[in-house]
Amino acid sequence: MYLYPKWIRIWHVLNALLFIILIVTGLSMQYTDMENDSYTVGFAKAVSWHNAAAMILTASYVIFILGNLFTGNGKYYRLRKENFWQDIIKQTRYYAFGIFKGEKHPFPVTMERKFNPLQKFTYILAMYLGMPLLIISGFVLLFPEISIKNFFGISGLVVNDLLHISTGFLLSIFMVVHIYTCTLGAKPSSLFWGMITGYHRSDEH
Amino acid sequence: MSISVFRYLLLILVVLPVPGNSAITSGLKKETIDTLDSAIYKSPFYEDNERCFKCHGQNRYEYTNESLDRSVKALMFSERIIKRNYFYQSNHKSFSCTDCHSDQYTSFPHSGELRMEQKYNCIDCHGGDEKFAQYHFEEIEKEYQESTHFNLEEEGFTCWKCHNPHSYKINIRNSENIKETIIYDNNICLSCHSNFDHFQLLTDREEINIVKTHEWLPNQTVHFQNVRCIECHTKINNDILVSHMIQPKENAVRRCNECHSQNSILMTTLYKFQSKEKRRAGFFNGIILNESYVIGANRNEFLNLVSIIILLLTMGGIGIHIILRIRKSNNSF
Repeated sequence: MYLYPKWIRIWHVLNALLFIILIVTGLSMQYTDMENDSYTVGFAKAVSWHNAAAMILTASYVIFILGNLFTGNGKYYRLRKENFWQDIIKQTRYYAFGIFKGEKHPFPVTMERKFNPLQKFTYILAMYLGMPLLIISGFVLLFPEISIKNFFGISGLVVNDLLHISTGFLLSIFMVVHIYTCTLGAKPSSLFWGMITGYHRSDEH
Repeated sequence: MSISVFRYLLLILVVLPVPGNSAITSGLKKETIDTLDSAIYKSPFYEDNERCFKCHGQNRYEYTNESLDRSVKALMFSERIIKRNYFYQSNHKSFSCTDCHSDQYTSFPHSGELRMEQKYNCIDCHGGDEKFAQYHFEEIEKEYQESTHFNLEEEGFTCWKCHNPHSYKINIRNSENIKETIIYDNNICLSCHSNFDHFQLLTDREEINIVKTHEWLPNQTVHFQNVRCIECHTKINNDILVSHMIQPKENAVRRCNECHSQNSILMTTLYKFQSKEKRRAGFFNGIILNESYVIGANRNEFLNLVSIIILLLTMGGIGIHIILRIRKSNNSF
């Protein structure tokens, strides 16, 4: 079934590339060293690349939000209240145990349900909580003059930076897990191919 | 409904007495007290000094021209105006004018020869004195003689070009607010480097534009507000609090890592005094956090540890998952 329209695939690959650039340059800034700079891309270069990639990421995030508002893609992110936690637990159980016992996928992919409940939950956290926090705190770092000066006795800049690097780190962990779970298709490569061609085979989850 | 609850929460957050503000308030209080202290400071030479301040304390002065037998009003040459309030807050506030200037100044009109009077330098009074040993004036003098400013001595460069003897007050040791120190210290540099009137007294160079020469610096305004010029333009000397060895511009710090790293030079320059006095646990170079945040220099030790643990757990979980998947696929054959 044709599950991933072209705009989502382009947005997705752009998002992935930008995120990799942001992780590498972000780590280069955070772990810069005065004597030995060989394992980073260098602070000055990291700042320029990080800023540029972040601007494009912000624009691509706006496109993602608009796309979800004005195309049918937004419906895949709507949470169902009934059995909310049970469904998440069911999916988690499947990944932890069922998958090794050859159990059937509890929430197979359909045109109406692109994401399983666990997937949906983590994607919502990442895209609707993590990303706005990351973007806003990033902008404050870019324009420190707009930062709150004092946040309960701590410098607003410090709180903002901790928020930025913590969110960035958690989203990076999300990306690692996201890439790994994409190997859980019928064949380890099939979900990746789906994201390139746009077609998802219904016997895969 | 939820929006109005959010608004109330926001309002409470804004209105709540912020514990950290007490630090700011106490800083302000201290400053007010200091200012008051200076304001109420009564110099033992106050009356004597007034004889000078009567004319030199403001723009306009008045004297009686005895040959014309009438009172004359005139404007004081700006370089000869000494503001009382600055003087009585300065390090030299307890001095009599004639401690440093000739006694002959007590008569008016002043003799023209007095213009040629030899002026003291810092080391003339502060050198070789046990009382000032802790400030290492001799070391400062040595540094100055190796600095690029020393090359201008023949043109008239002296300690006073930066440290006005009538208004200078030690800042970094006394100030609770490092931002004020930054402004104070940077204004010393800018009084020549962005004021061509002063600049051209010492050099024949064309007028320089600080903003333009620092265009390469990202977030220029933030840097100018949060560090002193001397952070990048002096060679660090661990023996003295403030390095005086101003370097030629070619030797200025240009590598971001010098400050933006765990072993940031800011700890041996701007934050040297404070870092000796107090520490803030949990952060690398935590003392900086009281005033600022320097990317790369202020990593949080706790977050470092937690992030490594989370990363290891994630990779471990994925590893175990892969192994179990391989075992399952082997069993199914």
